[in-house]
Amino acid sequence: MRADNSSAQAAFAHASNYLERRPLVANRRPLAWITEHVCRIVEQPAPRWWWILTIFFGAMASLTPVMLTYLVSTGVGVWGLNVPVCWAWDITNFVFWIGIGHAGTLISAILFLTRQNWRTSINRSAEAMTIFAVICAGIFPAFHVGRVWMAWFLAPVPNANAIWQNFRSPLLWDVFAVSTYFTVSLIFWYLGLIPDLASLRDRAKTRFRQMAYGLLAMGWRGSNRHWTHYEKAYLILAGISTPLVLSVHSVVSFDFATSIVPGWHTTIFPPYFVAGAIFGGFAMVLTLLIPFREIYGLHDLVTDKHIDNMCKIILLTGSLVGYAYAMEFFIAWYSGNPFEIYAFTNRAFGPYWWAYWAMITCNVAAPQLFWFKYCRQNPWVVLAIVMFPNTGMWYERFVIIVTSIHRDFLPSSWGYFSPTWVDITLFIGTIGLFVFLFLLFVRFLPMINMFEVKNITPEADPHTPDSHSEHNSAISYPTSTKVHA
Amino acid sequence: MNRSEKSLHGLGAEFPTAASLLHAAKKVQALGFRRWDVYSPFPVHGMDHAMGFKRSRVSLFSLIGGFIGLGTAFALIYYTSALNYPLITQGKPYFALEPSLPIFFELTILLTAFGTVLGLLLLTLLPRFHHPVFNWDRFQRVTDDGFFIVLEATDPQFSNETSRKVLQEIGGTHISEIFQDPEINPHPARPTTEVVS
Repeated sequence: MRADNSSAQAAFAHASNYLERRPLVANRRPLAWITEHVCRIVEQPAPRWWWILTIFFGAMASLTPVMLTYLVSTGVGVWGLNVPVCWAWDITNFVFWIGIGHAGTLISAILFLTRQNWRTSINRSAEAMTIFAVICAGIFPAFHVGRVWMAWFLAPVPNANAIWQNFRSPLLWDVFAVSTYFTVSLIFWYLGLIPDLASLRDRAKTRFRQMAYGLLAMGWRGSNRHWTHYEKAYLILAGISTPLVLSVHSVVSFDFATSIVPGWHTTIFPPYFVAGAIFGGFAMVLTLLIPFREIYGLHDLVTDKHIDNMCKIILLTGSLVGYAYAMEFFIAWYSGNPFEIYAFTNRAFGPYWWAYWAMITCNVAAPQLFWFKYCRQNPWVVLAIVMFPNTGMWYERFVIIVTSIHRDFLPSSWGYFSPTWVDITLFIGTIGLFVFLFLLFVRFLPMINMFEVKNITPEADPHTPDSHSEHNSAISYPTSTKVHA
Repeated sequence: MNRSEKSLHGLGAEFPTAASLLHAAKKVQALGFRRWDVYSPFPVHGMDHAMGFKRSRVSLFSLIGGFIGLGTAFALIYYTSALNYPLITQGKPYFALEPSLPIFFELTILLTAFGTVLGLLLLTLLPRFHHPVFNWDRFQRVTDDGFFIVLEATDPQFSNETSRKVLQEIGGTHISEIFQDPEINPHPARPTTEVVS
């Protein structure tokens, strides 16, 4: 009889597995487990692999200042760009990095407004990624101006020429859009960090840590008289970050779309750039999260469900990007403009055909593997597949920028761009800088938003029946024996 | 009145769950306490209502910030392009709405964000690095998994005996006096092994 009962229960449990939503924090971890598992990443001594990687990527990051010094001291001619290709790797890298940032803001703002609770365990690291990516992005246009010591001319302050900035120029819009994006992302990120910094402060074992995290936490004490304002401020920042993130890559695309260059002068650019940015950004989020999830055993917080969701977003946005590629060709043909038609034929079959087809393979073909559940469920397969969007989105910007301008209207001003070693080394340097900053972040700040993750656990909801007194007795937590499993 | 009573900040009680905290807070509010507070590791849903809060005024600061941003952007573009040094570029008007919109938008967003943060800091009176509740040794768990209610001594209804009884009746445990002066409180000792209680 008892056996029958338990088998019936097992069958019921089996069936309800398919019916119920999977919990966002697996294995019903209690609140203290979450604090402990996130904080100890920061609190335990730095593991050896961290030192090795940080020194390696720190050395790689140092290529950035070295190459910039060489560039400034020698002249911007050490880059491979020249007439007719005056925008090349520098602007490609700029758009590439700024696009990566977009997933962070999407996760933190848009998924917050749409109440996608799964965002809570990935938003912190994605926002950090945003900030580091924008730092890498900002380097390129600043030095692309040629005389970088004149870059302050971009700011609307009086200068010796008495001429003001041209506010009708999309390049100036870019200055405002990117600097606003960086500032607001930083504010949003820091605001989200405050309660978790207070957790680190309260757990600190040394005076120095207590002071450092205490100063950063601004004396946060979890008062509900504070939470009420905090939640409102967070909601407003999410609300304004949502149009902001959509505007930033739109403004970046205006750099191209408001020109009259065939291949750039298209109205599809803003949505197409935003979809591409989200696509590339989610690929980078997964690239960074999957290894750290494995290393720190965060499977209960960043569950397979999270990875599955992100893969689906990559599939969606990758398909949107593929649609945009096709639509560009259609409009080029439909316009009847021979220069437009030539620009696109040249893109796919001209001297840069290899870049175009690399882009199609990486951005349109590879993500289609995410239709298969197997590919979304196995983190290592996911990691392998997202390397394609990571590469492909760089190619996309390269294709858009270089193939559109390397053949000007007159064949006498045709050219072929090849990068120099300075171009390549500088880009490698910014990759090093990006990973280096992320490694520092993981080491010194809580990489998972603890208070928001706690807030989506069943026990945080005061209205669910099982959050009341029977809570601790009826449901046996895996860690109810005071063990940090 | 001796020294310890004079420097009494209030009485604190701990609660096991967010749900019990919410129930307790509703009762404290119903009893008419004015100067009291609830402390939790995350915002508890429904607590603002239970404590009788009105809508947070942060949004007012955001709105003002947004208008200042929009005004700044308009003034900046109009003054520099149409008044101070009008310069014909690409045959376009000195000032027009269309090309100004991106910068209107960006500066509005930027100053809305600044206004929001300023409003948050003003309304919460943060940064404030010291507060009497930090003198209570159990209170460190507030950023981990502790839920607390503190009835403050400045409340007109407060008295050490009856308030203690109130906290007991609403299910509070570990009821302790919290003093302004950190010397009076036992030195905070962080339990290192026991995390799940």
